[in-house]
Amino acid sequence: MIRSLARSAIVPVAAVLLGLGLGAVLIIVQGNNPLEAYWALALGGIGDGDALQRTLEKATPLIFGGLAVAFAFKAGMFNIGGQGQLLVGAVFAAGVGFGIDGLPLIVHLPLALLAGALAGAVWGGIAGVLKATSGAHEVIVTIMLNFVGGNLTDWIASGPWQDDSGSNIIARTPLVEDSAAIPSWGSVPVGFLFALIVAVGCWYLLQRTTYGFEIRSVGLNPNAARYSGISTKAITMSVMAISGMLAGLGGAVESLGVDGRFEAGVNVGLGFEGITIALLARANPIAVIPAGLLVGLMQAGASKMQFEAGVAPEIIDVVQALILLFVAAPMIVRWIIRMRTDDDSDNLKLTSGWGGAG
Amino acid sequence: MNRRAIAGGFFLLVIVLVAISYGIDGLQTTAVLSGTVRAATLLVLGALCGMIGERSGVVNIGIEGQFLMSAFVAFTVTSMTGSLFIGVLGGIGTGLVLGWALAAMAVGLKIDQIIAGTVINIAAVGLTSFFFDRGRSLGTAKYSGIDLGPLADLPLVGTVFFSRPPLTYLALILVVVVHIALFKSVWGLRTRAVGEHPGAVDTVGVDVIKLRYLNVTIAGGIAGLGGAYLALESVGTFSRGMSGGRGFLALAVMIFGRRTPFGAYAAALFFGFTTALQSQFQLNSTFDIPPQFVGMLPFVVTIIVVALSGMFGSTRDPAALGQAYEKG
Repeated sequence: MIRSLARSAIVPVAAVLLGLGLGAVLIIVQGNNPLEAYWALALGGIGDGDALQRTLEKATPLIFGGLAVAFAFKAGMFNIGGQGQLLVGAVFAAGVGFGIDGLPLIVHLPLALLAGALAGAVWGGIAGVLKATSGAHEVIVTIMLNFVGGNLTDWIASGPWQDDSGSNIIARTPLVEDSAAIPSWGSVPVGFLFALIVAVGCWYLLQRTTYGFEIRSVGLNPNAARYSGISTKAITMSVMAISGMLAGLGGAVESLGVDGRFEAGVNVGLGFEGITIALLARANPIAVIPAGLLVGLMQAGASKMQFEAGVAPEIIDVVQALILLFVAAPMIVRWIIRMRTDDDSDNLKLTSGWGGAG
Repeated sequence: MNRRAIAGGFFLLVIVLVAISYGIDGLQTTAVLSGTVRAATLLVLGALCGMIGERSGVVNIGIEGQFLMSAFVAFTVTSMTGSLFIGVLGGIGTGLVLGWALAAMAVGLKIDQIIAGTVINIAAVGLTSFFFDRGRSLGTAKYSGIDLGPLADLPLVGTVFFSRPPLTYLALILVVVVHIALFKSVWGLRTRAVGEHPGAVDTVGVDVIKLRYLNVTIAGGIAGLGGAYLALESVGTFSRGMSGGRGFLALAVMIFGRRTPFGAYAAALFFGFTTALQSQFQLNSTFDIPPQFVGMLPFVVTIIVVALSGMFGSTRDPAALGQAYEKG
């Protein structure tokens, strides 16, 4: 058990180290000291209680985003629309959060989270329904829904739900009521604990239930699954809805726990990081937690790194892209660390044309 | 009725509508149609890139990143050398490198093609933001229109098609060149065969891997031209994330155009029209539609197009699309 766990962690860990190593080369090219930069990055991420809280806050929506992508991966689908699902989740959670008052926290907060989850589920579900009924490839549809969701939430935050206090002209909603705000438990945001529970829930659903078995069967071989009586259409639709729901929850936690409101343009890019995290975790819901924490740490520490070592925080994006490359191509990592295995079973397979009468 | 007749009838209808619209408001019609051609140029270059890849069996979802990165390099090179031409070469060169990188991942290392494209997209966002220098400017005027003799004096058509900047003409020429290459040359026959049945092509002695490498790399160069067009001709500067999803729209244009160059150009004009309408709506407040809703239009249209083309089976993917080739 421990042995196999260690074995399966080799490629992701090596990918992270290689990504940081190549990032260091870029930092040197720019004329800065990479050790100093990474030290500041680490201090900014886990140096003290505040830093730790920042890391956990950053990691929370990332874990949800990673779970969304990982869940769809298990059914052989690529949800590249985490961004759009996260945005609609964030705006509707904020809407319920500021729009209703006089409810106790125990009712209001779950209601606001539910609104975000449902909005995300609808957004992801559209892609699932279209794939099941017309064969439209979920990658194209979810990418397009990212842009539609971006425009929609931008309109909501600058139109009907705009914060009209004072002379505000920013596209943002009012602050949510205290009864809908996610509290902190010491320096541990409760949203983070919620993410941990959801991750374990995803693992249980996928590994210990009949439904999870059906999802994995469809992911491994849709034809065989159909032949054995599993409704692949029902799986396609429900998995995309659940995947969207997870991303929507990420947005809701961001609105209710970190920003206290929805503000257009604040969480751009969060949805795409879910892809890196899910691949780094090899689509395992439990492994999404450390992967999300790692990326969250890099984001939390980026501003300290800029301040103390003078390195542009965008280096984090570059390092993430490199990590993604190395986890997506285990062959490169194996070749570099000379680990020999003769199967490529951990290469994910997703592409199968864009749909249509193939 | 066959497809040609339907397309011909549709074409006539468009011409009649444009003529009527020109009669009512010449200035606005010219502005919208010029905007249409401007937006269509970038989309068709992306679609040609995607088409060459998919015809040879390789999905390229990294066009967005190829646009962004080559726009960045084209802009930076022009800013440093003062030459638009060298900037264009820089953009094409960047596209070739990224095309090769996609081929290396998807064909060579056999990484899932969609993940390989996603790597390119994420890397492009990261690298262009990291090296972005807010203070830098192009330092020279962007490409301006070249009148094609008396053709440019024609009403409407003259402004819309015959007094464009150079890269637009180049894109139109490429549409024709890719059409001839794909459907009338040995290379095209082999390319299409590699996308449909690589095993069969292999047995007659064509190197499948080598051909895919070559095609995906060349296709990247075309996307690189698109990036250069974006930075040096369409906009005249570089800004973060300036490709704005058009690399993804290009894929929809390609599907809508049935993976043929002429079909893609027609589809690109259609999508370009929705974009041009959007900017016209924003300039002109006759219609009180929030800009965000107009901004959604091309993306909503894409979803509908992809769903409908699936439902009515009007397009068929190349049989070996998305599959890495294992020599048997």
